Amino acid sequence: MGDDLTRRSAADLAGLLAAGEVTSVELTQAHLDRIAAVDGAVHAYLHVSPDEALATARVVDARRTAGDELHPLAGVPIAVKDVVVTEGMPTTAGSKILEGWVPPYDATLVTRIKAAGMPILGKTNMDEFAMGSSTEHSAYGNTHNPWDLDRIPGGSGGGSAAAVGAFEAPLAIGTDTGGSIRQPAAVTGTVGVKPTYGSVSRYGLIALASSLDQAGPVTRTVLDAALLHEVIGGHDPRDATSLPEALPPLVAAARQGLTGDLSGVRVGVVTELSGDGYQPGVRASFEAALDVLRGAGAQISEVSCPHFGHALAAYYLILPSEASSNLAKFDGMRYGLRVLPQDGPATAERVMAATRGAGFGDEVKRRIILGTYALSAGYYDAYYGSAQKVRTLIQRDFAAAFEQVDVLVSPTAPTTAFKLGEKLDDPLAMYLNDVATIPANLAGVPGLSVPSGLSDDGLPVGFQVLAPARADDRLYRVGAALETLLEASWGAPLLSRAPELSGSTTEGSAR
Amino acid sequence: MSATTDLVPYDEAVDRYDPVLGIEVHVELGTVSKMFDGAPTEFGAPPNSQVTPVSLGLPGVLPSLNGKAVESAIRIGLALNCQIAELCRFARKNYFYPDIPKNFQTSQYDEPIAYDGWVEIELEDGTPVRIEIERAHMEEDAGKNTHVGGQAGRIHGAEYSLVDYNRAGIPLVEIVTKPITGTGARAPEVAAAYVRYLRDLFRALDVSEARMERGNVRADVNVSLRPSPDSPLGTRTETKNVNSFRSVERAVRYEVSRQAAVLDSGATVTQETRHWHEDTGITTPGRIKSDAEDYRYFPEPDLVPVAPSREWVAELHGTLPEVPAVRRKRLQGEWGFADAEMRDVVNAGAVDLIEATVAAGATPAAARKWWMGELARTAKTDGTDLEQLPITPEQIAELQGLVDSGRLNDKLARQVLAGVLAGEGSPEQVVAARGLEVVSDDGALVAAVDEALAAQPDIADKIRSGNLGPVGAIIGAVMKATRGQADAARVREIVLERVGQG
Repeated sequence: MGDDLTRRSAADLAGLLAAGEVTSVELTQAHLDRIAAVDGAVHAYLHVSPDEALATARVVDARRTAGDELHPLAGVPIAVKDVVVTEGMPTTAGSKILEGWVPPYDATLVTRIKAAGMPILGKTNMDEFAMGSSTEHSAYGNTHNPWDLDRIPGGSGGGSAAAVGAFEAPLAIGTDTGGSIRQPAAVTGTVGVKPTYGSVSRYGLIALASSLDQAGPVTRTVLDAALLHEVIGGHDPRDATSLPEALPPLVAAARQGLTGDLSGVRVGVVTELSGDGYQPGVRASFEAALDVLRGAGAQISEVSCPHFGHALAAYYLILPSEASSNLAKFDGMRYGLRVLPQDGPATAERVMAATRGAGFGDEVKRRIILGTYALSAGYYDAYYGSAQKVRTLIQRDFAAAFEQVDVLVSPTAPTTAFKLGEKLDDPLAMYLNDVATIPANLAGVPGLSVPSGLSDDGLPVGFQVLAPARADDRLYRVGAALETLLEASWGAPLLSRAPELSGSTTEGSAR
Repeated sequence: MSATTDLVPYDEAVDRYDPVLGIEVHVELGTVSKMFDGAPTEFGAPPNSQVTPVSLGLPGVLPSLNGKAVESAIRIGLALNCQIAELCRFARKNYFYPDIPKNFQTSQYDEPIAYDGWVEIELEDGTPVRIEIERAHMEEDAGKNTHVGGQAGRIHGAEYSLVDYNRAGIPLVEIVTKPITGTGARAPEVAAAYVRYLRDLFRALDVSEARMERGNVRADVNVSLRPSPDSPLGTRTETKNVNSFRSVERAVRYEVSRQAAVLDSGATVTQETRHWHEDTGITTPGRIKSDAEDYRYFPEPDLVPVAPSREWVAELHGTLPEVPAVRRKRLQGEWGFADAEMRDVVNAGAVDLIEATVAAGATPAAARKWWMGELARTAKTDGTDLEQLPITPEQIAELQGLVDSGRLNDKLARQVLAGVLAGEGSPEQVVAARGLEVVSDDGALVAAVDEALAAQPDIADKIRSGNLGPVGAIIGAVMKATRGQADAARVREIVLERVGQG
């Protein structure tokens, strides 16, 4: 029964719980068993919290028995990316500099997950401080793609995507600064949504780039993503950039999409997010998906966003600049790692330097150095200032495009999952993975990745849908329609075609 | 650096050079919570007790702006006749130091909330001076480092340092003047009068307790010299954290004398921050300011711009209190003080104290007598300001009430005052503890009188026979026996009663 449960969608599980056909304890235990069986091979989790998860499950079961009114997702377990602060549960952001830190407070989205009665299975692996596209920059070892353990699961949220893709959790939380939810979803055959900037509170997300970061759902179905988005979204006074207005009806939009009808919906294909650099198998899958949308009644047209070509360059100035300041607090003075200099006096300045030298990985240091430079007096206007201008131009591109169409679409990532280690020594090649996802972060608009099938290499391809700010509901309608029509043509969810993971390779099981 | 610093006598220095001032005043706002989070702001609480995850800068936290702090900043700006920005942002000032939990300070950089203002202050002799205000901006305070094991709490030679983040995140408004020129020899006076003006203003606005001794108001004083008012500005020094009016005056004097000596010797003044030493009255070099100091300012992405509506600004303008100078004229009329008396009161910084004492029930004359008499002498002896004396206006009113009701005479009242200043409690408590009350119990006085009469029977007889001349001798004896705590007039009455002359 356990295997069956772990393969069900969160919406199905919620139905089983509500009908009394399964308890949250059974459900939670089934996922803990699955983690124990396969995470040694996948390494999606940095920390598993069976005691806390089962305690929450027991409380929810007791409340259900007592006839309390419960949240629809009450009792459905979830995994949380390790960049999200969880009270009493280790939170490292994938970095040695936070090894052993146990936060004294919860992120707002965690408070909302707990209020909904969702057991937290544990914390998922990620590139250190969310810097990377492969999860290979985790200080705690890389995560493996469930489709091929020799390949990357995407990044930075490879742990969350792999956990969901390997049935180690029905739901997970990711964060997306330049594609860290959507690109892992694409390469693992799962669903990921980056909400409108300000839709989900950032309070308690360990900041990478404050003006770009946004938390969102990582799931196996579009409806599940909408359900989870509604749990974690909405205004939070602790986040000054949180949107004041209520979320649009997301679950309703997903259910509307599941009818498979997109009559009258105008879909724009972004000219600049195709062509050279996009793997042929990715392009083929994308084109096939466009045909499916056309068949559903959508009007497909091509739309140019002329400044998207500068997005990557602007992003790699804004992100390191903000990150260099956000990561300044990790200095060994108050929490986390503290390293004393090997020789000489242990002054505050020297302890800070020794701690940061030992605690940060190379990619983090690379971006701190870039950002420090870009913000320096005399360079600020040329780098940070210019990048902000490009950002404005990209926002205008989106605004103009959304006057012509309701949503924009592109492949989520230019390639399928590459081999572990393949791009580790080539930062530029690694950065290019996010070329299609970055514009949404620069403009603050929402984006979704849903599987469009397999490439000719047998690996999953992601289809990206972008909508105007505050119109996240459009993502769910279009995404759910594409998902249901494709699954109907395949006869089963894409993930059913992933190889079975051997339950025996439990070497160094979940930490 | 030579062991002793050459100084030119002040009068000579200002004969040869024209001093120019620039003053930055930081005021801690008296909000109940911090600038960017809900942490409380109680002064003097145990270390690191007034903190939240936000004040500690823990991973993941975000700032949320204190609306009351913005309101206070706007009111300060309006009171300084500033323009109020229609839209302004916070910026991050990046530097590593253990007393700032995020390793950046959230401040305003090139977009202050208030700018281009002016105030007209008055020197002690009534001379008006106009001070141009460059800007007033909002920022958060840092925590406090305590260095242990070195000399006199200095970092040099310390074994370790402790950090208290209670102050980290307390809202500050920093007010920056344009260069203050044309003061000539009166630069020190102008500096002190300006800081005092601001202190009075903060209190009138009720935006801060503005207690100098608690560091609520801190001044950084920039001084430069030039050969003549027509010359370009000279190189300045910035003397940090000068925290009393007297010190502001002394620090300016010192810097003028010191810089004059440097220039006289043919050398150039080094642009640097300097530390003020209250005990010795000198400044010493701090870190050297140079281009190497790069704070990498950029707009704070975690906060949205502040955009006060014009309606709100107009509404706040309506809440501004009387300008202190206007208020003084009004109070002088109400109190009936002569011009010279009022000027003394103002110069002694006693206006608020007397007003509060009158509000607590004392007459203006009595309030003035205490603050400008006994207490002014005490402050002078202790080298401190009146308001820093450990006594409140309410206590003075209470003390005067005891005199008015006849429970204390003047001599006893001074002893009670000394007790209050010594920290023995309220006047009532000191009266009780020291047993200083005027003996008004007739039984005790009658017994003392009878005793005195019995001890000097010949004098008693004289009085009985109608010769009232020697009554004083009996009164004196009674006063001596009651250690001065008797009311002499009442003793006289009793003496006459007892000998049958009453």
